[in-house]
Amino acid sequence: MDAVLLSRLQFAVATFFHFLFVPLTLGLSILTAIYETIYVRTGDEEYKRMAKFWGRLFLINFALGIVTGITLEFQFGTNWSRYSEYVGDIFGSLLATEATVAFFLESTFIAVWHFGWRRLSPRAHCVTIWLVAIASNVSALWILLANGWMQHPVGYVIKNGRAELASFAAVVTNPFGWLEFLHTVSGAYILSGFFVMGVSAYHLLRRRNISFFTRSFRVALAFALVFSLLEVVEGHIHGAEVARTQPAKLAAMESLWDTQARAPMALFLIPSPGRERNLVEVGRIPGLLSLLAYSDSGAVVKGLKDFPRDERPPVTITFLAFRLMVGLGILFVLLLVAGWFLRNRLVESSRYLRIMLWAIPLPYLALELGWTVAEVGRQPWIVYGLMKTSDAVSPISPGQVGVSLVAFILLYGFLGLVDFYLLAKYARKGPEPAPVETN
Amino acid sequence: MLETIWFILWGVLWAGYFMLDGFDLGVGTLMPFLARSDLERRLMYNATGPFWDGNEVWLITAGGATFAAFPRTYAVMFSGLYTALLLILFALIVRGVAFEFRGKEESPTWRRVWDTCFFVGSFLPALLLGVAFANIFKGLPLDAKGIYRGTVFTLLNPYGILGGLLFVLLFLVHGALWLAVKTGGELQERAGSLAGGLWYLLLVVAVAFLVASRFATGLYSNYYETPLFFVIPLLAVVGLVLTKLFVVQKSWWRAWFASSLTIVSCTFFGVVGLYPNMIPSSIDPGYSLTIFNSSSSPLTLKIMLAVALVFVPIVVVYQVWTYRLFRDRVTEKDLGYEEAY
Ligand code: HDD
Ligand code: HEM
Ligand code: HEM
Repeated sequence: MDAVLLSRLQFAVATFFHFLFVPLTLGLSILTAIYETIYVRTGDEEYKRMAKFWGRLFLINFALGIVTGITLEFQFGTNWSRYSEYVGDIFGSLLATEATVAFFLESTFIAVWHFGWRRLSPRAHCVTIWLVAIASNVSALWILLANGWMQHPVGYVIKNGRAELASFAAVVTNPFGWLEFLHTVSGAYILSGFFVMGVSAYHLLRRRNISFFTRSFRVALAFALVFSLLEVVEGHIHGAEVARTQPAKLAAMESLWDTQARAPMALFLIPSPGRERNLVEVGRIPGLLSLLAYSDSGAVVKGLKDFPRDERPPVTITFLAFRLMVGLGILFVLLLVAGWFLRNRLVESSRYLRIMLWAIPLPYLALELGWTVAEVGRQPWIVYGLMKTSDAVSPISPGQVGVSLVAFILLYGFLGLVDFYLLAKYARKGPEPAPVETN
Repeated sequence: MLETIWFILWGVLWAGYFMLDGFDLGVGTLMPFLARSDLERRLMYNATGPFWDGNEVWLITAGGATFAAFPRTYAVMFSGLYTALLLILFALIVRGVAFEFRGKEESPTWRRVWDTCFFVGSFLPALLLGVAFANIFKGLPLDAKGIYRGTVFTLLNPYGILGGLLFVLLFLVHGALWLAVKTGGELQERAGSLAGGLWYLLLVVAVAFLVASRFATGLYSNYYETPLFFVIPLLAVVGLVLTKLFVVQKSWWRAWFASSLTIVSCTFFGVVGLYPNMIPSSIDPGYSLTIFNSSSSPLTLKIMLAVALVFVPIVVVYQVWTYRLFRDRVTEKDLGYEEAY
């Protein structure tokens, strides 16, 4: 194996792992802030206990989000140094802005929130969790603008043998980046909603802390429902943007081989990249793909065969990941709408509660699949149309990367297990009993 | 001009990182030698608890600023120092989670595992950052294309190791002083007297480093050219002397500030000496990365300067506010609250 392949694997391991923790941070910070706000507004101590309980799970998750982010920040230098030289002018500045604007705020105020219960007034304390929530979501915006630039580079000129910034405004208003941001954070909110609902379901099934968990559940349900609807609509717009900017990715997402007008979408198919066609296609709906991608059922959609072989992304992975993500997205809407009808008799709906408990991993899966579509579908480009991944790697020996890759897998595997063990332990334990406040 | 401003800012970010994370890395390194009971270990965790994460962001920002302002330096520095950097990052990972995980189980074995992680995760970055920076002062074997022609072991030369030792000692004294500031009773006394004792070692190593730099590096040429700059190493010496003075008087906050002064001036001693190089090449000075041949376009530098000038002062304000908010000593009573580590 060469340094490129190993570096890709290592980057994939590191980002997928980072992204196991990121979405819960993005969403649970907001939910915790909402619970605490309700407490401050109404003085109802139960909401304070909610903020504390969900906040503790938030902190356990947050610890790994942070430490795994730090390695990512430096991996552009360690493994993709040619990439870093080529695009640092633009990409680096987005990353640096993220750190200055968002990470400081996030890391400083999470500590104030964590340790500040007795030192700040309830109102000031509530502000700190909102600052954390805002900062982490702002950090997502900057990193996704950086990623959006790799997906669809804008506002640059090629000068001095590299991409140099021509218009900062164009880079920060890149529609691709904003679509990614909306899509990713909505997904993260869905995930956090499912997390809170799943944990609450666990306790409601055991008839423990019924009022506490019913109230937690309902807030999370409303939150997730709104964003699951938004996610589907936004996903569709996102797909149209991909069709416009990255036609090869779109063709791979749908496993479309021949360029055609009235391009169909098949309900079920098995791609066969070796033979440049699909093995099985069931349930073809003519014109549907053209309609979804270009809002015109007669539009021409370019097929994979019209791209040079070395500019096609891996089809099977991209296709499968996309299908599964969309399927899950629809499933989430159904589950949440069902929940909406059951919201006033949750405790009796034990079958629904059991489903929601077991549904916790599904949004995690959907988010990782989404990234697979976006990143694998972008191959062989690291910056779409500008730089190939194979030209981006550092001049380092495969041995070095091999060792670090194994180290990453072992260390992350271990820490991941510990973290999920602790999350489960503290989620199961439930909230502290209503305290006798001594202040 | 823009390049020079960014070079100074680059130095400021690293100095900020060493000054702030320096004390909590020092506390972690001291733990196995200083703490005598689980209670004392917990006091040590909680003395740095509200601060370590915000401190570490200085590292992220220093890295990000290198990427944004000097992308070629970012690329060469971190790919060249691949193994050393990943070791630092892995160490920081296990250290970061140790804070959160340690108190979550009662079992002594569990705690011992995370205490070990905390120690290794504090000691290794302190050492390796010193080794890395000493080697940058000295020059890395970079060829015409900026490719690093060495291995990890190239870094372990005597000057590099001396640099590592210097960092470890600076951080140990800094960390011990922080404990003297933040704890009370017997632990405070032991921490204070340890700081006083380690100070002698630090003095020897610091002087050795200043002298060795004369032979191993080209750092002094800027100083001979503009003798005014000798103020900077002088400030490092002043900081060092004041540290001892305040330790003797048991004025711990002052001693901690004096030690901060030492760390910041040591960093700037190197940064000013490097100018205009960022990474000198030990193969041929012509291959060196300078602030001019490795910087971003003027537009990017300008925009990033605006971002930095607006946001860094804001960051400093709210970080100072948190230091004031959590300025009291950590006592046994504090460990009784549910949020304590
Ligand atoms: C959509 C969101 C998102 C995405 C795609 C990424 N991150 Fe992230 N990152 C966050 C959202 C986030 C966050 C929500 O802000 C985190 C997660 C958990 C946390 O504590 O903060 C975070 C933490 C975090 C940290 C630690 C910050 C701190 O100490 O406060 C760094 C250095 C990075 N990330 C860097 C990266 C890099 C270089 C990425 C690209 C490959 C990346 N992240 C992908
Ligand atoms: C956190 C969510 C993300 C996940 C799960 C993810 C996943 C992946 C995967 C699987 C690859 C390997 C693709 C392949 O080689 O076939 C990859 C590559 C890469 N991604 Fe991402 N990515 C994420 C976010 C980002 C962001 C936000 C950026 C930039 C700001 C980014 C930049 C890169 C780079 C530089 C590579 C390496 C080159 C390459 O293999 O394409 N990724 N990512
Ligand atoms: C059901 C309708 C959905 C549609 C039509 C849809 C559409 C898309 C499209 C077209 C992309 C590729 C964008 C690119 O290549 O950059 C994408 C990426 C992604 N999707 Fe979805 N999606 C849906 C549901 C979901 C759900 C439910 C989740 C998670 C809970 C999710 C998470 C993601 C993520 C994290 C990415 C990568 C980041 C990005 O490019 O925005 N998606 N989605």
